[in-house]
Amino acid sequence: MMMIEPRGSISKRMQTAIPVIAAFVALALAALPLAFAGAPIFPAYWQMFIGVFGSVFSFTEMLTRATPLIFTGLAAALAFKARLWNIGAEGQLYLGAMGAVAVGTGLIDGPAVLMIPLVMLAGAAAGAAGMLGPAILKTRFGADEVVTSLLLNFIIIIFVQMMLEGPLKDPMSMGWPQSEPILDNAALPRLMDRMRIHSGLIVALVAAVIAQIALSKTTWGFKIRAVGENAAAARHAGIGVNRTLLGVACISGALAGLAGVSEVAGLKGYLTTDLSPGYGYSGIVVAMLAGLSPIGVVIAALYVASVFVGADSMSRAMGVSSFLADLVVSLSLISVLIGGFFARYRIRFTGKAGAKS
Amino acid sequence: MENPVILTLGGLTKRFGDVIANDAIDLTLHQGEVLALLGENGAGKTTLMNMLFGHYTPDAGYVEIIGEDGVAKRLPAGNAQAAIDARIGMVHQHFTLAENLSALDNILLGSESLWGIRRNRRAARAKIEGLMQDSGLIAPLDEKIGALSVGERQRIEILKALFHDARVLVLDEPTAVLTPQEADSLFLALRKMVANGLSVIFISHKLHEVLAFSDRIAVLRHGKKVGELTTADADKTQIASLMVGEETALPEREFCETGAPVFELTGVTVQRENARNSLNNVSLCVRSGEIVGVAGVSGNGQSALAQLISGLTRPDSGTVALAGDVVTAPTPKSMIKARVGRIPEDRHHDGVVGSMTVAENLVLERLGDDDVQRHGFLRKGAISDHADDLIKAYDVRGPGAQARAALLSGGNIQKLILARVLEKEPLVILANQPTRGLDFGAAGEVARRLMEARKRGAGVVLISEDLDEVLSLADRIVVMHDGELIEAGTRDRAAIGLLMAGQAA
Repeated sequence: MMMIEPRGSISKRMQTAIPVIAAFVALALAALPLAFAGAPIFPAYWQMFIGVFGSVFSFTEMLTRATPLIFTGLAAALAFKARLWNIGAEGQLYLGAMGAVAVGTGLIDGPAVLMIPLVMLAGAAAGAAGMLGPAILKTRFGADEVVTSLLLNFIIIIFVQMMLEGPLKDPMSMGWPQSEPILDNAALPRLMDRMRIHSGLIVALVAAVIAQIALSKTTWGFKIRAVGENAAAARHAGIGVNRTLLGVACISGALAGLAGVSEVAGLKGYLTTDLSPGYGYSGIVVAMLAGLSPIGVVIAALYVASVFVGADSMSRAMGVSSFLADLVVSLSLISVLIGGFFARYRIRFTGKAGAKS
Repeated sequence: MENPVILTLGGLTKRFGDVIANDAIDLTLHQGEVLALLGENGAGKTTLMNMLFGHYTPDAGYVEIIGEDGVAKRLPAGNAQAAIDARIGMVHQHFTLAENLSALDNILLGSESLWGIRRNRRAARAKIEGLMQDSGLIAPLDEKIGALSVGERQRIEILKALFHDARVLVLDEPTAVLTPQEADSLFLALRKMVANGLSVIFISHKLHEVLAFSDRIAVLRHGKKVGELTTADADKTQIASLMVGEETALPEREFCETGAPVFELTGVTVQRENARNSLNNVSLCVRSGEIVGVAGVSGNGQSALAQLISGLTRPDSGTVALAGDVVTAPTPKSMIKARVGRIPEDRHHDGVVGSMTVAENLVLERLGDDDVQRHGFLRKGAISDHADDLIKAYDVRGPGAQARAALLSGGNIQKLILARVLEKEPLVILANQPTRGLDFGAAGEVARRLMEARKRGAGVVLISEDLDEVLSLADRIVVMHDGELIEAGTRDRAAIGLLMAGQAA
């Protein structure tokens, strides 16, 4: 018979080792469908590897991909720490992008030192507003934020579509539903010549460091952890649970909004409805892979971005579907979750007459 | 002549991580016998019974049941179905009933095939009614469990075991939730069933009921069986010293001058959908230097009273006053600020954040204080030093200040909460079931600390189901029943018991 027993305590080393092991396990497991697709396994993985690390360009492409994932990963990680299930980062990303476009395409003009912070602020505020709604519904009426924030994504994306066909539509776009371009002095500067990598990455890294410090070293972070781990005890101890949740909702939404700002003002230059290939949802995976640690989010985002970029390159070279990337990412998440389970519990096998010994 | 043996436990051992919960325990049970399993909390009584019932797989040892044909049969380890098939019935301390099903359905639950189309309820009902007749355990069968009293729910649990033709009945702390009168009637019923051939193991840490009701006593301490004796030859001090290993005495209650009122409720009414959380025109005055004991069976409004003092609920009418000042909009924060110390009933749920460290839990209620934070940044060094001091002063034993609070035992979690509450020298202390589930040592420590606070001049509201505790600690006793508070005006157990049951003395 199989018995599941809790382990005493989990060592720090084990906690960090699990995601790393899980990442490799996921890659190994992906060999199966790869073989089914008819690709030679080792050359395929080699293509995946050089697709990321083979050239400066491919490496910067990976970092560019990782940038929005860091933002949305942080958005999910912070909210989840407080047990606020923000599934709406995708919508908040679009709201953030729309905020950036609203301010940064000619409404006001000024020097870059003024315009860039303003554009970011507008995007962050729009994103924050996007999560504040579900959070208020939760704290006031007990509405499940998983449902409200998730469904809001679709409403927001349709709203963005409407705006791009209407007030935000670029008259010079020859009929395409896209916004006017972000002004040059409102755009996030590129970091390298002829590469797409932009300073949104720096902002994302700074945000991760600030989030890490806030969580572990401030009273605010203390409250978030207390509310997330045991809201009843936190309330009993005089911690404003609802206030903390609303605060977390704003910060989480703002971070997701910044993902949108960084994509639209750092990469694309204008807003379309295909701005994000699901970065908001991938952010959840990134946060879970990172064990909700902000610094871990950076590493997890780099990993997920590597898998995406590498798998793209592999699919081009080998002629296999690039959906393999989604598969590897999903397998990684499952592996991490199972790994986390084994870290907390041990399984013992006992014979039918286990009491003999 | 001694009756035949019906059940043997041989060398049962169970480890949880590094802790040995049960260490090679042998036990025999005879037909028609009442065996009391006595021990402090954490002595391993429940673990042992869970192995007997197949909830836990023992690391070593066996369970053997002797059938009616006299053939001994070993039960497969960790298989509850085998235990049920061997006709062992267990009534858990926390009932395992489905609240939204009727009592009858609860009894039948698990005895019917999932694939059966017809349910033979009439025959089942007849059998249960017969059992009720024989045992004297009367309970309404068609009511939903949610509508039944705790005593009635317990009867349903026992009837459920009897319905499965139990030959051995295990009762885990059966009287913990009953009034003295209800407990007496339970024992009467059990006596009747034992006379009909049932064998009973009952777990308890209450000496007087063990002495009054059992035939034989097995004493557990720290997971070992430390003594086994026939009840007729046993006396109270002997068993108590077996249980705790050394003589312990409750602190003497010395006279204490009472001062000005520190906490007053005047005509307070709290209306909630659930009657358990309601108060009906309650008035209470607690003075400095006194302990007011609130006796009563749980679920009669104690939690509403506790929430009121904790700042978690607001009165619908009436006033709450602290040190003479009326509190208009109490919140947990404002109550803490007004120097009300709160020891919650459910220490794991409301008292600590288990996954945060002991040090962090010790400052949970005073995050804003200057020695905890500076400009919003936690002063980790100061928090850690503070924790070391309190751990020493309050003897909180465990893996240390930086370990997760969940790793502490129940008694040490309570000491942690005591440290957090008492270090601020509160004016008013709410102690809600402060010793529930604690062993003698830890419970004595809690009592001593409350006495100390009283001597310092604090007013203490002690809510407890344990009448002995109320009698030994409280200067004044009030009884809670059905949302109302009645001044007891007596220290007579029987009289208070009647008040607890809602009957004027």
